Amino acid sequence: MANYIAALPPDWPGGFWVHFGVFTVILLVFVLVMALVIIYLERRGIGRFQSRLGPNRTGPFGLLQPIADAIKALTKESITPAKGDKWVYWLAPVIAFVPALMIFAVIPFQDGALLADLNIGILYVVAISSVSIVGIFMAGWGSSNKYSLLGAMRSIALVVSYEIPLGLAIIGVVLLAGSLSMNEIVTSQSIPFILLQPLGFLIFFLAASAEINRSPFDLLEAESEIVAGYHIEYSGMKFALFYLAEYCEALAICAIITTLFLGGWRGPVLPPILWFLIKVVLVFFVFVWVRSTVPRLRVDQIMDFAWKCLLPLALINLFITGLQVVVWPEGLPWMVVFLNLAIMAVLILLWSKLFKLGGGRVEV
Amino acid sequence: MAIRTEPFVINMGPQHPSTHGVFRMRLTLDGEVVVDLEPVFSYLHRGIEKLVEGRTYAQIIPITDRLDYVASMSNNLAYVVAVEKLAGITVPERAEYLRVIMAELQRIASHLIAVGSFLNDCGAYFTPFMYMYREREDIVDLFEMVCGQRLTYNYMRIGGVSHDVPDEFLVALDKFVRRMPYFIDEYDQLLAENEILLARTKGVGILPKELAINSSAAGPVLRGSDVKWDIRKADPYSVYDRFEFDIPTGSVGDCYDRYRVRVEEMRQSVRIIKQAMEQLPPGEVRSEVLPLLRPPVGEAYGHIEGPKGELGFYLVSDNSIAPYRLHIRPPTLINLTALHDMIIGWKIQDAVIIFGSIDICLGEVDR
Amino acid sequence: MTIALSGKEVGTKLEEKFPGSIVESSQDSLLVKSEFLLPVATYLKDTPGFDFDYLACITAVDYSDYFEVVYHLTSLERNHSLVMKTRCYGRDNPSLPSVVSLWRGADFQEREIYDLMGINFDGHPNMKRIFLWQGFEGHPLRRDYL
Repeated sequence: MANYIAALPPDWPGGFWVHFGVFTVILLVFVLVMALVIIYLERRGIGRFQSRLGPNRTGPFGLLQPIADAIKALTKESITPAKGDKWVYWLAPVIAFVPALMIFAVIPFQDGALLADLNIGILYVVAISSVSIVGIFMAGWGSSNKYSLLGAMRSIALVVSYEIPLGLAIIGVVLLAGSLSMNEIVTSQSIPFILLQPLGFLIFFLAASAEINRSPFDLLEAESEIVAGYHIEYSGMKFALFYLAEYCEALAICAIITTLFLGGWRGPVLPPILWFLIKVVLVFFVFVWVRSTVPRLRVDQIMDFAWKCLLPLALINLFITGLQVVVWPEGLPWMVVFLNLAIMAVLILLWSKLFKLGGGRVEV
Repeated sequence: MAIRTEPFVINMGPQHPSTHGVFRMRLTLDGEVVVDLEPVFSYLHRGIEKLVEGRTYAQIIPITDRLDYVASMSNNLAYVVAVEKLAGITVPERAEYLRVIMAELQRIASHLIAVGSFLNDCGAYFTPFMYMYREREDIVDLFEMVCGQRLTYNYMRIGGVSHDVPDEFLVALDKFVRRMPYFIDEYDQLLAENEILLARTKGVGILPKELAINSSAAGPVLRGSDVKWDIRKADPYSVYDRFEFDIPTGSVGDCYDRYRVRVEEMRQSVRIIKQAMEQLPPGEVRSEVLPLLRPPVGEAYGHIEGPKGELGFYLVSDNSIAPYRLHIRPPTLINLTALHDMIIGWKIQDAVIIFGSIDICLGEVDR
Repeated sequence: MTIALSGKEVGTKLEEKFPGSIVESSQDSLLVKSEFLLPVATYLKDTPGFDFDYLACITAVDYSDYFEVVYHLTSLERNHSLVMKTRCYGRDNPSLPSVVSLWRGADFQEREIYDLMGINFDGHPNMKRIFLWQGFEGHPLRRDYL
């Protein structure tokens, strides 16, 4: 079915619109259903890590828990703070949520099955994901609450700093694939890029955790410090939008990681869509694992980590990848995997010895 | 031209997930750095010192449970020690050993909560907290076997303890004491060398030795600053002089040291319980004391080493059935004296961690 | 064991240094005149024989004629302790010198005594009520409050 729709000539009367319409519906359904699934997976996963059962009362095995959460969020009263800027406050969740949905337009579910096969796919992704930060700052500002303003400012500093290593890690993949289009990146992965670019994968993983505000960089929703940060004053449907936006962004990042590094829908026996889902869930499981295990870093330590550790490593990674692509233009042989792993080990050891997480007491 | 900044006042209000109760800190922030701090408490002030002036000595024991509700056995013990000092009552041997076992179990339970919430403040999303609560459940089950209560025990009596322990208690205690060192090792394996924990707590919130002694800090806060002072060794009460145990101290006085001191104290408590169980003599558990006790005119100050510090009770009696004056020396309130100096200059996230490392309980701060 | 120093011996030594400062001394405690409180406390803290560097507790008791403030001092190095008392007469506006400059641990405890008993401490940097709110009238822990 997907092949049939993808093969319709674009100048067929209404052909483009059929393709567009069908895919939009598929994507919306996919994103919303998968968001509910990963919310459930996270709750159960964290529960098991903490040697307790997760939610298991609502429905068999607690499967209806996210739906119960959604119903709870929808039936709560929406309170607007009196002194805040009303339009900014109202628009913020929308602006934070929509970019997360828009990223899925360029993720390939099968060879050629995307909403829009842009030839600048990955650049589009990087551009769109920076828009949601505007929504977060609007939320912090419009709430007229010192805590949310503090949280929003921290988050802007964080996201802007981590965009750079993120972009540099992506360029490494683009060099190997030879194109910015997401479909081409997947089709050129005869060896999954995670093996060819282990350092790039690590940098991307950490920078992406910071972008979506997950542990250990989750000072935005640090409950124990600034009490839920930028979404303190939100309740009801607006809060549900923020909550959903966070998980949709996490899902988007998982999808991007599978596309860029794990080989997208490629796999031997099962249908491609199933491979895609398995890989996305696996990457999300690693996110949950890191969240439930690791304490949180302080703001200035996070900044130091981005600028002094990830950025130089990303630059070195880019340089080495560039060299390798020049030496072997047709495609890198298997031996390069071991070379790259060795380089990564050396670099990480070097940085862990030289790098001190900064900050200290300020004389007052 | 330098950018002009203006400090703003933020209120870490009484309802906050991380202030361990209803405690308020008015922080003046310059950017992220804390410039000034004013602690405001008394949201839980119940006027206990006035309340007890109309109650008999035995009726005050349940009230002392509610002081530091996380470590009730120690509060009971401190009060009963003070009354026995005042009235000159001796306690049978078996009761003394049972008191020691309960007090040390309570110390482990209190430190589990302290370390768990401290790590929760550091951001490890409830995982170490849940692991430590798993052990605390065992301890609370033991207490339930003995006195039927899970939180406010009311177990000590003037002249002994209220009931003897059932046989299943000693069996369960034996099992607990065998397993606990492995759990403490598990915590150490997961946490002691964790890079992020070290980065967050090493060198943060240093309390220098001189300031600690001058501010009358006590308990793990004092011992973390390299002062070897523990009332169980310096002024032994009950039968503590018959046990062998060490006193762990920190070296610098930062949050990491206080955390290590608490973990090591848990190990030493297990050691004491093992020795107490071996030496437990048979006998009665309560000496004959009049229900309406009338101590002779005088005063006494009885203090013990509670989990949070030196918990003392000052009693003045005028030969009537109720005390003339009861004053409670709250270790957590006095540990907070140095809070201002410990937090200034650090960032708001460190303020939460430093505050958590002092480990207060509002029932005792406010009384 | 922490040796509780006898009030009599300490009293004789103090009487030599500050004549007229001791009102009475017994085995358990030492009663000092309120004018001499600060010099005696400084002497007890700084003299190498005594070294009372740790203030364990400050309490106030309301006997109907006078207020008695009790200081429990401890020396961590020498492991001995002393109970020092002082009285202030008059119920309207009793006041005593503050020992915050010697032992910072007295900070919150003196504020508590001011709040609940009404004894003012001169020289305290922040003499405000600590448990009750600012406009509260009266001092609850006094015997004649209710």
